[in-house]
Amino acid sequence: MAEIVVEKAIKRFGKFVAVDEVDLTVNDREFVVLLGPSGCGKTTLLRAIAGLGMLDEGRVMIGNRDVTYLPPKDRNISMVFQNYAIFPHMKVYDNIAFGLKMRKSPKEVVEERVQNAAKLLHIENMLDRYPGAMSGGQRQRVAVARAIAVESEVLLMDEPLSNLDALLRLEMRAELKSLLGRLNATTIYVTHDQIEALSMGDRIAVMKQGQILQFDNPTRVYDLPANQFVGSFIGNPPMNFLRGQVQRENGAVKVKIGDFHLSPSAEMIESLQAYDGKFIFVGIRAENMETLAAPAPDALAVTVEVVEPLGSQNLLTIRISEDVLKVSTHPDFKVHAHETVYIRFPPAKIRWMDRDTGQAIAPSLDKMLA
Amino acid sequence: MTTLETSMNTTTSRPSMETTAKDRRRAKRRHSIRRGSIYILACIIALWILLPIWLIGTMAFSTPEDVRNYPKHFAPVPASTETMDFFLNTDGIQRAARNSIVVAIITLILSTLLAIPAGYAIARYLFPGRDAIRLGILSVRAFPIVVLAVPLAITFIKWDMYDKVYSLALMHTALTLPTTILVVASVFAGVPYELEEAARIFGCTPAKAFWKVVLPLAMPGIAASAILTFVLSWNEVFAAILLTLTNRTLPAQILYTLDKSGDPFKFAGGFFMLIPSLIFIFFIRRYLFNMYGQLNK
Repeated sequence: MAEIVVEKAIKRFGKFVAVDEVDLTVNDREFVVLLGPSGCGKTTLLRAIAGLGMLDEGRVMIGNRDVTYLPPKDRNISMVFQNYAIFPHMKVYDNIAFGLKMRKSPKEVVEERVQNAAKLLHIENMLDRYPGAMSGGQRQRVAVARAIAVESEVLLMDEPLSNLDALLRLEMRAELKSLLGRLNATTIYVTHDQIEALSMGDRIAVMKQGQILQFDNPTRVYDLPANQFVGSFIGNPPMNFLRGQVQRENGAVKVKIGDFHLSPSAEMIESLQAYDGKFIFVGIRAENMETLAAPAPDALAVTVEVVEPLGSQNLLTIRISEDVLKVSTHPDFKVHAHETVYIRFPPAKIRWMDRDTGQAIAPSLDKMLA
Repeated sequence: MTTLETSMNTTTSRPSMETTAKDRRRAKRRHSIRRGSIYILACIIALWILLPIWLIGTMAFSTPEDVRNYPKHFAPVPASTETMDFFLNTDGIQRAARNSIVVAIITLILSTLLAIPAGYAIARYLFPGRDAIRLGILSVRAFPIVVLAVPLAITFIKWDMYDKVYSLALMHTALTLPTTILVVASVFAGVPYELEEAARIFGCTPAKAFWKVVLPLAMPGIAASAILTFVLSWNEVFAAILLTLTNRTLPAQILYTLDKSGDPFKFAGGFFMLIPSLIFIFFIRRYLFNMYGQLNK
């Protein structure tokens, strides 16, 4: 059992607050991704869990044990570093065996686990080589093998794929996911790559400026962003945000974008009423809009600025007064720049955001999913 | 009209193409001249240093007669160890050489042992006064030892340390320590901190991580700095003259007898003094180039 609990963690570097009162609970054997732009504190938080950087306040528990003041070696963790950090003066075998030897495991155990780890990462024929003579991808494999060989209950990964080239990264991502699925370790994985986070994590903690903005499974983080930042950080293209004004008209609530009126779904009406007369953000993902060639009463007429054929989809860039809207369409939908198309916004797919706080407006996220 | 235009176009375009080709040729020539002059300069500097060494070496292995004769040979023909033999068998030289080696080895050991923790601390930790200490270390080198000569000699006599091999070694340790610390610090700075962290994650205390990971990776660089320390001590002459009388080191002994001896002795002594430096440069080359880069790749 290795549940990881971080309570009210604060870490400052001088006046800069890198981690700002973070609470995080990672369940036993769960794969949690810390996602955020650079400088958001995700690596600092990971290092605090690893014991490589002491917290200024708060505490870290691993498996019901308070490890806040324990050195890394007493935390029963292992880690994969961003720059691999494999020991250049040791052969691959000794690199993988390092953690086991430090724990004074019996020779047979070391031999067996090193062989197993090497096999899992397909480097069993490189055990006699020095890391200096290996490619980046191979070094990455050694670093992962070294981390899994100790069979610790907690596995920490700090942007392990960021130094690989794009193709290799894609390959390693799937391989790593399948490998980690077979291990029984509680994993925390730090990345700034939202695709990596969506594709690998059981849950994603989206961080910004030292705080966790949303901690949820990938589907919900993608589909129901807790605020504007999460919506615009996750997804490619990011979620669109249009300015709209809430208006009450004889009992009904409408949101006005230019001359166009959107009708919110029934469960949203109550919470939107409070914004009567105010501007809010209308968030919608590029793939959630319907593009029509002919006018329809509930569709907005817009002029296409740019058409980008991306193979699996065509990405349209559309300007609505000051806002830019990205709409993805089926590749068979024929449209050229400067032509007029009609866009329909399915009310269930619209995410409403407070314009001042950036927070999602919703009676309750669960009610919407139900 | 159109024919005129086209003809004008062709006439204007052709010379412009020629000029670009000419420009390219000129740029190429300028580039090769610059490269060439750098090489020539490098050759001149190399010759400036190598010629005297070659001359000293040649003379050291010629017969004493050839050494005294003019014009000098460019190669040691006929080769002879007579001159070197004469030098090495001169009274006091072997004893002085032994003293020099003992002093240099004690200096090497003390200086390196002190420089490893100091260099590591400077390379790794941001402790208060770090920059002041770094500057302080350097200022020892900036301080002219001549100013200290008399007080040093008096203190050493008072403490009954005068004319002792070990006391000269202590003096040399003090003199070489700044250089050794700075070189060792730059060696440690070249060992990525992440490796140390990885060692600690996988079960090491900080001390063990240093012993298991940092030190082995820094070892070649530390060895190079140790040889440098040896050479510094081997060549040091001022403190050696100042602090010893009967237990002279080799440079002090040679300097002491220089005006009373002939050319063969001087050449042989000069060559003998050169040997450690030559060995040192042979071993350290790689690290001199790497001093400011990564040491392990």
